[in-house]
Amino acid sequence: MRHVFDVRVGPIGFRIGSAWRAPVAAMEVLYADYPRLAEVPNYTVRLEPERPWRRLIRPSVAIRGDHMLPDALPLPLRQGLLAAEMGMNLQIALGERRFLLLHAASVEKDGRGLILTGESGSGKSTLSALLGANGWRFMGDEFVLLEPETGLMHPFPRPVSLKNASIDALEAVLPDSRFGPRLIGTPKGDIRHVKPDPAAIAAMDRPVIPRLILFPRYGFETAVRDILPGEVFVRLTQASTNYTAMGERGFDALTRLVVSVPAKAIDYRDTATALAMVEAL
Amino acid sequence: MILARALADPASVLSLDHEGWTALLCMAHAERLLGTLAHRVDGLPVPDGAKAVLGNARLNADAGRVRALWEVEMARRALVPIGVPVILLKGSAFLAAGLEAGQGRMVGDLDILVPRDRLDEVEAVILQAGWEWLKVDAYDDQYYRTWMHELPPMIHRDRDAMIDVHHTILPLTAQPRPDATAMIADSVEIAPGLRMLCPEDMVIHSAAHLFADGDLSGGLRNLWDIRCLVADYPLDGVEARAGMHGLLVETKRALRLADVLFSDSKPRGIMDRLYLARLNARDGWGSEAHKLLRFSFYIRSHLIRMPPAMLIRHLFTKWRKARAGA
Repeated sequence: MRHVFDVRVGPIGFRIGSAWRAPVAAMEVLYADYPRLAEVPNYTVRLEPERPWRRLIRPSVAIRGDHMLPDALPLPLRQGLLAAEMGMNLQIALGERRFLLLHAASVEKDGRGLILTGESGSGKSTLSALLGANGWRFMGDEFVLLEPETGLMHPFPRPVSLKNASIDALEAVLPDSRFGPRLIGTPKGDIRHVKPDPAAIAAMDRPVIPRLILFPRYGFETAVRDILPGEVFVRLTQASTNYTAMGERGFDALTRLVVSVPAKAIDYRDTATALAMVEAL
Repeated sequence: MILARALADPASVLSLDHEGWTALLCMAHAERLLGTLAHRVDGLPVPDGAKAVLGNARLNADAGRVRALWEVEMARRALVPIGVPVILLKGSAFLAAGLEAGQGRMVGDLDILVPRDRLDEVEAVILQAGWEWLKVDAYDDQYYRTWMHELPPMIHRDRDAMIDVHHTILPLTAQPRPDATAMIADSVEIAPGLRMLCPEDMVIHSAAHLFADGDLSGGLRNLWDIRCLVADYPLDGVEARAGMHGLLVETKRALRLADVLFSDSKPRGIMDRLYLARLNARDGWGSEAHKLLRFSFYIRSHLIRMPPAMLIRHLFTKWRKARAGA
């Protein structure tokens, strides 16, 4: 590969090869605060022209690597950073077996881990980034890495991927230096990445015990209700990318989580209310 | 080729540096041999990063093994009422029989062999047990039933697992016509209701798959299977048996190439070298190397699969369908 970048985020090391300089240059800026990889990588991502001539003519970035989706759509080169991020997500979503993966954000305060999960648009990324700006330790907005043997959740604090309106919400509270470039017109709308607080990155080797699972839901009248373990279990199997592939270890890890950690659904109309609700729990 | 070397001689990994390990793991993953490699180097001192990757691969192989054996059991139960034993092919057989070739091996679909004259009954009970057709297209269905060595692929509606029900080991359009009846008659019992091909036929099946059917994708894994079978069994009668199935050339080539890759013998002739180049066409990023060579083998796979006139008709129909779909 012409251009190479490597980085370690929590327990996962990535090697990213690219046929173009631009995606690597963007990652060097966005991941400036992270350690480079001193070890053999866990996963390799390749950003390659979709067809050989598409490196120069209407450049088109195919997302490949150890694990690939056969029908993944290529992205234009100006969204190369997004391609790299999607490539990294894909590797662990499909490949990871040491940890049970939950599609969820997580934060920590006073040693208490909080898992925020829900469907796309529930506001988990925005909330985790805002909590990170308000005295909580940001642990990741994409995946919770749950270790079956210990029940601990491991930080995986990649830059937060903000979409559309949530970009404005964070631009209002964080300095411009924390942001990556605004990617316009991606398949998910506009996207802008926010770097985690340097302290959150420095603490990324410190796992925590999960204490509360939250299912936020944006756009509803303010309400809080308890969710029973059975429902939490089913919802989290749907939020996991490797629950089935993990076999019995996945079942055991998830069972342990839902019987030992309480869960609540919170509905909210605006993020200020949601933040207050989380603090009050 | 560092991957073949690492499998054959695990201690060779001790001399690898950081970059060498990265390339080795990436290649092994791309060739679906990472679990096998993890098994082979188990217990050797390896760098921390590689240890994590290999540990991950081991966990994956362990869970995959449980899943594959459960699929075997489901197929056995489905076929019990009609009294047809399940003859396991390839990976599932290696796992169920506890063979060296099954250690760390990834098993995708469940492949089973049944007598052709029982195929309708088998199809009925498999469908009843919850497997469903993957392709519903009338042309594909007709093509499979007329010309292929297996039923159209089926997938289980709850477990998302595929089953390929074979009645022989090569498409009916291919030139060699292996004796499926003899394969079934000489199959050996693994457990009640479960059988596998005799060791000679397992080698011949791998060889047939490699050289008389596909484009050599996954060829390294196939040859590793053969190398393990050779280590597990005496296989004295394999050439006579291969001759009976019309697969002597393929079988001899497979045994020879396995020997070149995993022992110290030398390749013989230009064709051996071409095959070896194709088998090793993978770079340290896990990418496919030697595109032209790969493409040549792809073309070849079609030419050997069916006579030219039939191939043209088939490709034309496929092309028309693709255009109508788009």
